[in-house]
Amino acid sequence: MKVPFSWLKEFVEIDVTAQELEDKLFSCGFEVEELTDLSAGIDKVVVGKITAIEKQEGTHLSKCVVDCGEYGHEIHISTGADNIFVGAHVPAALDGSTLPGGVKIKKRVMQGVESNGMLCSGAELGLNDDLYPGSDVYGLLILPEDTTPGEDICKVVGLDDYIFDISITANRPDCQSVLGIAREVAAVLHKPLKMPATDYVAKLDADEPVSVQVLAPDLCPRYMAHYVRNIRMGESPRWMKRHLALCGLRSISNVVDITNHTLLEIGQPMHAFDLNKVKGRSITVRRAHPGEKIITLDEKEFTLTENNLVICDAEKPVALAGVMGGANSGMDEHTTSLLFECATFARDSVRKTSRSLGQSSDSSARYEKGVDRYSPELGLARALHLIQQLDCGDITTLEFDCTDGRPMERKVIVTTPEKICGVLGIDVPAQEMIDILTRLDFTVEAKDGQWTVRVPLYREDVESYPDLAEEVIREYGYDHIVPTFLKTAAVTNGGLNADQKRVLKVKRLLAGQGFYEASTLAFYSQAELDMLHLPAEAPARKAIRILNPISENLSIMRTLLAPSMLNVIVDNLKKGNNAGRLFEMAPVYLAKSLPLTEMPEERQTLCLGVFGPDEDFFTVKGAVEALGAALGLTFSYVKEANPWLHPGISAAVYCKEVRVGVFGKLANEINAELKIAKDEKDSQNIYLAELDYAGLVSCIEGELRYKPLSPFSPVKRDLALVCDEGIACGEIEETIRKASPLVTDVHLFDVYRGKNLGEGKKSMAFSLVLEDAAAEVSAEQAERAVKKILGNLKFKLGIEMR
Amino acid sequence: MQAIIDELAKQAEESLAQVSSKETLASFWQEYLSKNGKIPALMKNLRSVAPEERPAMGKVINELKQKVQADYDAASARVNAAELAARNAAEAIDITLPAKNRPVGALHPLTLVRNQIIDTFSGMGFEIFEGPEIEDDDHCFTRLNVPKDHPARDMQDTFYLSDELLLRTQTSTGQIRTMDAKKPPIKVLVPGRVFRSDSDATHSPMFHQMEGLVVDKGITLCDLQGMLDVFVQQLFGSDVRTRLRPSYFPFTEPSVEVDVSCFECHGAGCSLCKHTGWIEVLGGGVVNRKVLENCGIDPEVYSGIAFGIGIERIAMLKYGINNIGLMFENDLRFLKQFQE
Repeated sequence: MKVPFSWLKEFVEIDVTAQELEDKLFSCGFEVEELTDLSAGIDKVVVGKITAIEKQEGTHLSKCVVDCGEYGHEIHISTGADNIFVGAHVPAALDGSTLPGGVKIKKRVMQGVESNGMLCSGAELGLNDDLYPGSDVYGLLILPEDTTPGEDICKVVGLDDYIFDISITANRPDCQSVLGIAREVAAVLHKPLKMPATDYVAKLDADEPVSVQVLAPDLCPRYMAHYVRNIRMGESPRWMKRHLALCGLRSISNVVDITNHTLLEIGQPMHAFDLNKVKGRSITVRRAHPGEKIITLDEKEFTLTENNLVICDAEKPVALAGVMGGANSGMDEHTTSLLFECATFARDSVRKTSRSLGQSSDSSARYEKGVDRYSPELGLARALHLIQQLDCGDITTLEFDCTDGRPMERKVIVTTPEKICGVLGIDVPAQEMIDILTRLDFTVEAKDGQWTVRVPLYREDVESYPDLAEEVIREYGYDHIVPTFLKTAAVTNGGLNADQKRVLKVKRLLAGQGFYEASTLAFYSQAELDMLHLPAEAPARKAIRILNPISENLSIMRTLLAPSMLNVIVDNLKKGNNAGRLFEMAPVYLAKSLPLTEMPEERQTLCLGVFGPDEDFFTVKGAVEALGAALGLTFSYVKEANPWLHPGISAAVYCKEVRVGVFGKLANEINAELKIAKDEKDSQNIYLAELDYAGLVSCIEGELRYKPLSPFSPVKRDLALVCDEGIACGEIEETIRKASPLVTDVHLFDVYRGKNLGEGKKSMAFSLVLEDAAAEVSAEQAERAVKKILGNLKFKLGIEMR
Repeated sequence: MQAIIDELAKQAEESLAQVSSKETLASFWQEYLSKNGKIPALMKNLRSVAPEERPAMGKVINELKQKVQADYDAASARVNAAELAARNAAEAIDITLPAKNRPVGALHPLTLVRNQIIDTFSGMGFEIFEGPEIEDDDHCFTRLNVPKDHPARDMQDTFYLSDELLLRTQTSTGQIRTMDAKKPPIKVLVPGRVFRSDSDATHSPMFHQMEGLVVDKGITLCDLQGMLDVFVQQLFGSDVRTRLRPSYFPFTEPSVEVDVSCFECHGAGCSLCKHTGWIEVLGGGVVNRKVLENCGIDPEVYSGIAFGIGIERIAMLKYGINNIGLMFENDLRFLKQFQE
């Protein structure tokens, strides 16, 4: 919200500087995002009076003698401008002066003649015609004769001003105007507010009747209109042009300017209908009929729906309510009869229409923030006053005020000063509170300790005593709050619960295994699933779609973490990080049905990504085993076809017969498609794991219990076996374990291949531990067990002792 | 006899001086000190000495034996030391070569900050609650007193998955879920990921927040500041202070922005605090009565305070990270810098 300092001063007697006012506004809830000094960059530029002119032969320049008052009466300055004359008052930038945009003016020789500065145009000072008349003239800015040579130019042309760009919180739409901010300034400075004049005389009767009706009071709680005849289009006065220009608007004509001025000053959007173009001289506010069309002022055609509120004449829409007028009803140079509209429209209705049609205006921006029901009254009166003051039309007695029937009266809050202070936790003196509320236009009736507070009509945000507490403290000052450390709160037991602690333990364990934690977005696109060669019927393809994604790249909720991890690995390779271990713990989103009808499952998932020359399947398996060990779980591994993993170098992970995930080397054909350099691809080992963390956790068995240590010493036996190349270590281990209940541990300690073993054979050496919880294992028992084991190995797998 | 002994003593001494290895040491021992060595042989020759001289001669031989044994022990020690030194020298390595074991990894900076904040509030008796990321309109907006026509509900700002379901835009949803599940006294911290339809240099469509809620009897705005003072001092140092200033959130009234005094320049003015001496770190306020009512808690009996922290912002401030994008790029050179 842009507010000129000079305009504020028309409403409040401000006796502080712009910078001090910025601090005051900040303290009461209005952050000034930018304070623009209009004179910024202008230094040593003064009024100069040209006393003599001499053409510089053979050039386009003229040598002027300029009287700059105290800066020198005979300063020689050359200029190329043509609109000079002896006696002209012009801006003179002296030697060593500066102009906006960092321009520095120095004494220099121009075409052989010394020039001690520069005579300026309006544009060179950052002016335009609306800010200061005559600024847009080609040539020098000619100043009035009553200006004094040597006077600071900023004061003369009104650049000694500031623009406050104020950020307004969503609860204070009433402050989206110069008057709204002026109210706050008056309150914070303890000064009275001078309201803008709103008186006018309706001196003419309507020549012909006009009708106004509202058929959608839910979207249009108030609709006011006033009929003005004998419109006299013309130019706006200087002060009005300046107001508009300071806020960044161009002057168009007196009548148009009045509507814009009212929006800026009062915060009330206005529209004016040319009654000669309004069929049947009738105005109806209603929802559009489906398929109905309108061509807006900027000559774009739109097809409307029932969600669009429109203003219609007897036949058709003539305006998109609150957004933009129609091309068929606006004023032009021939306009004689206008119906001025001041209304409130539901802010979400305006927003939705504006967004869905891609049309916006200053009015729609204002309506989206919310216009209170009191504002049309003030805005219309102010506009009619200006019409009378600028004599650009004759106000008739014909006026309309359609409301939704809710009474136009101040909200009442019955409370006590104790309740207000109870919110804050400090005792603000009652009189101080009353003074503050009074300054903010509230009225307070105190009786027997009870307060009846009446809220200003424009403060639709204030509903109960905590709102009053906020009003009090923002004026009283937050520095009065005395920090207390929950002195009345009960003692509670805090901290992470067991599940949350376990997550942290797993993360720290992985960090201990050399993994770095990654954080990736929760959404991606079907292209990520394509990247993993997932077939159309894969469960992961059943992803939840975002109805309004930022882009197609981020359009589905992820069902697998692995694609995000693969992208992270590829990004790292591109950056020259050629090895690393990464993990991410995050939910995947599993819909029970699509389209979504109920809350989907958010299943906590753990993804590992490992890459680099030193990594192989077993380094990753080691990390998976460490994770299992930390959770007290034992895993088994089963080959499983998976489109995104190498068919021979991958495994599904099982825990207690439950599949808890998969890991392995990235499939060769996917590796070949990665967008990384060819030599990177050839040398790159990329391993991925996608583990169902929620599933892992559900495998964990109850409370930790101590198992007594066996008093009997274990018997150890080593077996060297010769088997076919195709037999897996796990198969042999399982066969050994199943052969004898005495086997408590089996592990492979050597693999050997050699010509002496024969083609397609390998030797595998296992170390066995035989134990019996109840007794010592005798040598004979051990022999029997080994015999049984060897028998089973031979019978089931065709394996011999070496 | 004496002459033989003297000669042997001299021989042994010279021979021992030549010894430089375990092998020569062993042959010396064999020659002089072993059972069949020259010195035990002297003892055997004692029979040839006159009986009256035998004791004296025996003593001389014994002395010789002891001396040679002592010299031998010294030589042995010398040889052992020399051999050990030689072996150590041969085995010596370049200790500045890179280490073999994999360096430890690290948690994400956002997790570090999250853990630190959780630690602080755990000590104050806050439970940790993590609600769903996919939420409904009721928990994300309606019961948090976000008006039906509030722009936050617009498709512009919120990702919708269906008419009713959406990605939560704030961890404030945890307020409602907590108050539905339990009644005061409540102290809860709700960390989590949130989503907004916003993506540019300073915004990520996904980011992390931490909501805090206290509901009990007599809780006031003073408690909010007191509690946050403790929090920011643990996070940024014991000399930082907080400043409250007015703001607006639908679910708190009054609402405040909380600034901390700049921990970089201590108020002198620097680029971090944009020369104001203060840094905006979080928002909060007194829980709106309507929110308590919406959760079946009587606002005439209980009151509450709530706050919301942006984890990315805190991490960026704390570690001096200037670009939010780095948080989600997962560049290992970045991640490796955050050891706990």
